[in-house]
Amino acid sequence: MDNEFTIDEQPVPFVPGQTILEAAKAAGYYIPHLCFQPDFKRHGGCKLCTVLVNGRTQTACTHKAAVGQEVDVNTPELNAMRRSLVQMLFIEGNHFCPACEKSGACQLQALGYEYEMMSPHFVELYPHREVDATHPDVMIDFNRCILCELCVRASRDVDHKEIFAVAGRGLDAKLIINSPTGKLGDSAFAVADRAAQVCPVGAIVIKRVGFATAIGDRPYDREPISAEAESCELPEVR
Amino acid sequence: MLNLETAAAPHRLRRVAIEPVSRVEGHGKVTILLDQENRVHQVRLHIVEFRGFEIFIEGRPYWEVPVAVQRLCGICPVSHLLAATKAMDVIAGFGPLTPTAEKLRRLLHYGQIVQSHALHFFHLSSPDLLLGFESEVAKRNIVGVAAAFPDLARQGVMTRKFGQEVIRHVAGKRIHGTGIIPGGVNKALSVEDRDTMRSGVDQIVEWSKEAVGLVVKLHETSPEFYRTFGEARANMMGLVDARGAPDFYDGGLRARDADGGPIFDHVDPASYKSLLQEDVKNWTYMKFPHIKALGAEKGWYRVGPLARVQVCDVLPTPLAEAERRKFLAAGDGKPLHGALMYHWARMIEMLLAAELARGLLDDPDIVGTDLMADKGPRREEAVGVIEAPRGTLFHHYRVNDDDLVAYCNLIVSTTNNNQAMNESIRAVAQRFLSGREVTEGLLNHIEVAIRAYDPCLSCATHALGEMPLEVDLFDAEGALVSRLRKG
Repeated sequence: MDNEFTIDEQPVPFVPGQTILEAAKAAGYYIPHLCFQPDFKRHGGCKLCTVLVNGRTQTACTHKAAVGQEVDVNTPELNAMRRSLVQMLFIEGNHFCPACEKSGACQLQALGYEYEMMSPHFVELYPHREVDATHPDVMIDFNRCILCELCVRASRDVDHKEIFAVAGRGLDAKLIINSPTGKLGDSAFAVADRAAQVCPVGAIVIKRVGFATAIGDRPYDREPISAEAESCELPEVR
Repeated sequence: MLNLETAAAPHRLRRVAIEPVSRVEGHGKVTILLDQENRVHQVRLHIVEFRGFEIFIEGRPYWEVPVAVQRLCGICPVSHLLAATKAMDVIAGFGPLTPTAEKLRRLLHYGQIVQSHALHFFHLSSPDLLLGFESEVAKRNIVGVAAAFPDLARQGVMTRKFGQEVIRHVAGKRIHGTGIIPGGVNKALSVEDRDTMRSGVDQIVEWSKEAVGLVVKLHETSPEFYRTFGEARANMMGLVDARGAPDFYDGGLRARDADGGPIFDHVDPASYKSLLQEDVKNWTYMKFPHIKALGAEKGWYRVGPLARVQVCDVLPTPLAEAERRKFLAAGDGKPLHGALMYHWARMIEMLLAAELARGLLDDPDIVGTDLMADKGPRREEAVGVIEAPRGTLFHHYRVNDDDLVAYCNLIVSTTNNNQAMNESIRAVAQRFLSGREVTEGLLNHIEVAIRAYDPCLSCATHALGEMPLEVDLFDAEGALVSRLRKG
């Protein structure tokens, strides 16, 4: 019984200091997430990893595992909540999968399939957002940004450049760029930066390589997003 | 003013509308103005939906465009994928395609021509041709054809399926695949997939030949009727290769007049703007292109199967060429302009595409793995042109230094046929409706003429900001209070 808790009544071992999400991944148990990446500081922003810990809601990416915890992950109520969260992310931005180069490799889209999202459900907001293509190698399509802040953390903590930040609150929150003009092309951003590789959706994309991967060979053509459980590595997202 | 386009005193006339026009792609309507003796004074084909792709593709990255614009259509999206990618090949700076990449693109295109032509003939038009223009309307559809001619309907469905499977094998999906990218293709064709298609293509060639035979039989039941129904003498345009054979994927522009005389030949499609001009009218969302040198009155032209088989000198495959010669013989050496002749020409093209696909499936290059061309410096502007199933398709783009589209102009196949379609329905209205009591069956004659062109109305409507608009406000007594005008 040492260092063990349960997920959906199944025993799961953990190493002291691990979060529920990390322990679950190590044990091959899938808990959905969008803003989590093992290399970066925990964020708890997207709430997709919300679970019940002894009956109370917690974000699995920030909550430490502890002996004797009873964690509910895969329940109809939690999955319905996750579907609603995904739907809200879709309607808050402008996500047009049919023409998006990230289709088939997009974690938001993959979660839509995972939680059987059959419609947007909520009224689409269709916000007016820009495309910043001023950088020679990387483009930001703000229409698709879900404010997961992975790029913020990657640039700050790994690249040590602090290119990105989130400004504003609520529906006015938006990703901003640290440069004299506010444009990516005038920043210190480089295509080799870790922040250029971490976007879970199609907001930050490498230029001129879209659609190079054939249908059938894209990560989520091969297997659903829940199949990543055994690895902390996310699939290649290009 | 063209005959029957605009009545002199429309307010005194009775209006009959066919809305929506059925068994075509997209949404359109026909309005007919009749006087008290049911004489026809005005006939117009209106396109009532609006798509606006030319505008909302602006500001998007160029590599996204081919995949985005193919969403214009669910019938022949491959056409837009190919035309846009051809333009983006140039803009991205790629040199000549590898043999495998070009052959895969051609195979994809021939597959879509087979499926699109089969869809049009069997699903959309055969109910009129086989069951009768004025047959019971509840049965005048593909289900009715399947009940009366089950073997034929099955052949139609299976022929279309073959074309769709070709598309799936090359582009990844039957509809809206992504296999074609600037510079080449993103996936090699597996030997297994090639063999699957090769094992089925002989049957498709045979069925396509039988389909031509069926149209010939129909024609023989009443040659004069078929030759003259919806007749509109038009200039004709299409892409041809150096031999003068039609080239669905590439080539130079050739136009001939209604008597078959030359207008221009082997012109680089990139210079289309010096050849063609588009006009807009205030009663439809579809533009009216014409050959600039001839003016709007005389310069309108026809594209698609009926134009292609008559502007060319030869077809490049033996079975199709033999059928083309029989077709030409029906005109006694003069070009044919009847709307129903489209069906004959279209089935010849389906046979041609099936034979061309068979040739490619026998070519070892088709399973090659050298998929991408060499890349050079980026360019700002390019025009991609192909022969879509419905006719010549132009995609013209300018891309700024940030890789975003700054300008887009599409001249879609159906748009090229706008005036010709209007002229055909005017001819039908004058001949069959004028002075008679209007019935559903007679109105279907109008639709039969439109269907013959196989228009894709949803593809053809992009004139955002260009169409002149006029809004009149009347008081209760009918007096004009104010007028707003734009354009």
